[in-house]
Amino acid sequence: MAKYMVLIYGDAQQWGAMSPEQQKSHEAAHAAFRAKAGSKNVGGEELELAATATSLRSDEDGRVVTTDGPFLETKEALGGFYLLEAADLDEVIGLASLLPEVHAGHSGVEIRPVVDHG
Amino acid sequence: MNSEVVAAVAQAHRREWAQVLATTATLTRDLDLAEDCTQDAFAQALQTWEQTGIPARPGAWLTTIARNRARDVMRRESTFRRAMPKLVADPSVPGPEDALDDDRLRLVFTCCHPALSRDARIALTLRLVCGLSTAEVARAFLVSEPTMAARITRAKKKIATARIPYRVPSPDQLAERVSAVLEVVHLIFTTGHAAPVGEQLVRRDLVDSAIGLARMLHLLMPADAEIAALLALLLLIEARADARLSPDGRMLLLAEQDRSRWNSELIDEGVALLTEALRRQPPTSYAVEAAIAAVHAEAPSWEDTDWSEIVSLYDVLLGLWPSPVVKLNRAVAIGFRDGARAGLDALAPLQDEPALATYSYLSAARADFLRRLHLWSQAAGAYEEAITLTDNDVERAFLTRRLADVRAHLPG
Repeated sequence: MAKYMVLIYGDAQQWGAMSPEQQKSHEAAHAAFRAKAGSKNVGGEELELAATATSLRSDEDGRVVTTDGPFLETKEALGGFYLLEAADLDEVIGLASLLPEVHAGHSGVEIRPVVDHG
Repeated sequence: MNSEVVAAVAQAHRREWAQVLATTATLTRDLDLAEDCTQDAFAQALQTWEQTGIPARPGAWLTTIARNRARDVMRRESTFRRAMPKLVADPSVPGPEDALDDDRLRLVFTCCHPALSRDARIALTLRLVCGLSTAEVARAFLVSEPTMAARITRAKKKIATARIPYRVPSPDQLAERVSAVLEVVHLIFTTGHAAPVGEQLVRRDLVDSAIGLARMLHLLMPADAEIAALLALLLLIEARADARLSPDGRMLLLAEQDRSRWNSELIDEGVALLTEALRRQPPTSYAVEAAIAAVHAEAPSWEDTDWSEIVSLYDVLLGLWPSPVVKLNRAVAIGFRDGARAGLDALAPLQDEPALATYSYLSAARADFLRRLHLWSQAAGAYEEAITLTDNDVERAFLTRRLADVRAHLPG
């Protein structure tokens, strides 16, 4: 078994513009995903809007600089994540295909294998 | 060296490479090691068969040698190597139907996994499934050997790290994965059939690899209509291979080809496969393309081709695959159904397609219709344009000959 991070990206404006019915079916799809994943779902959270993000870097003198906003300014922001445990990539692809973000035009997910430090 | 042995090894290489490597990879769960051991087994065959004679079952002999070598290496291998990620072939995951439980299919689906880039899929398939050397794959795609070697290494690393499984996909993923494999086979064929750059019009090694792959897939998954349709398409095009070049190496258009030189066995096989595929499911784009090739194959001459049928097949194809290249081919077919003037009119709206802006066939098609209408000066301009746009030497020679013919009609 290996761990995979499933990163959910999308256009926050379009997420914000969902009607109450759309939100309800969105939540239901996530619930269905979690039910299907069962114990393979090791963790996951929805994140507050990218505007609430704080990024830290250092300047030329090595001082920590705190800035407002996400590390990368992109139209499709990171909106949440799941950590899955699975036998292989095909299993993750099968599960992650259930996520509603995969089926909306403005959003999608990125699957990243997690390094196994033994 | 004994030429009989060399020929037997070459034949085994064509027929058995995928099976030897795929079976060895099932044991090693390491594509690099399986590749090295397969390579070694073929090298050893050249030497041993000289002394012992050619074995009755070369594939079984090669597999035994490759697997024994792999076992030796695995016994000696360092802790470091043992800690490297291995191919995932988890038996606990629901597998395919038993009929699809084949090592060669595992290998092909792994090499053509959609999580790999298209270039990586093609390179891996040619190297690992078809057994082309890295140098040969590099030549086919016009990159240096180190670049191709790096591309193949990166792809193998992704297979191991992301745990792309060494497995035939489960039934719910199978159709999508078969399409991904067929896309690779089709690309290998088209790259070989009309080599976009270079001195030769056709790259035999690529065309043979693609047909070999399609035949293998059809043998292992005979009920898949999509595979049968692609194999039909490749065979119907391949049937004309010998007639495409004149004895002095000039490219001949379909209209100019000596149809008695078409391979009737391949045509019959292609038509039978296509008929079977169409019986199983509604036409896919490969099936429609194969049907177009079949109409040509069954026409007694260029003039007697059923152009109405060809145009309506292109209409169906356009519905399945709305691409500018299909529109171009449809416009050309209209020109032969309704005359050169109608062909020019059908081509006109395509002049603004950005995807065709640098496509030599559009200029060449326009030039041909202008030539038929005796509009010599405009035809010359269109041929000049096509010559600038093509990268293939044989095509350029053809267009240059036509340009000379047309210019002969121009005053002064």
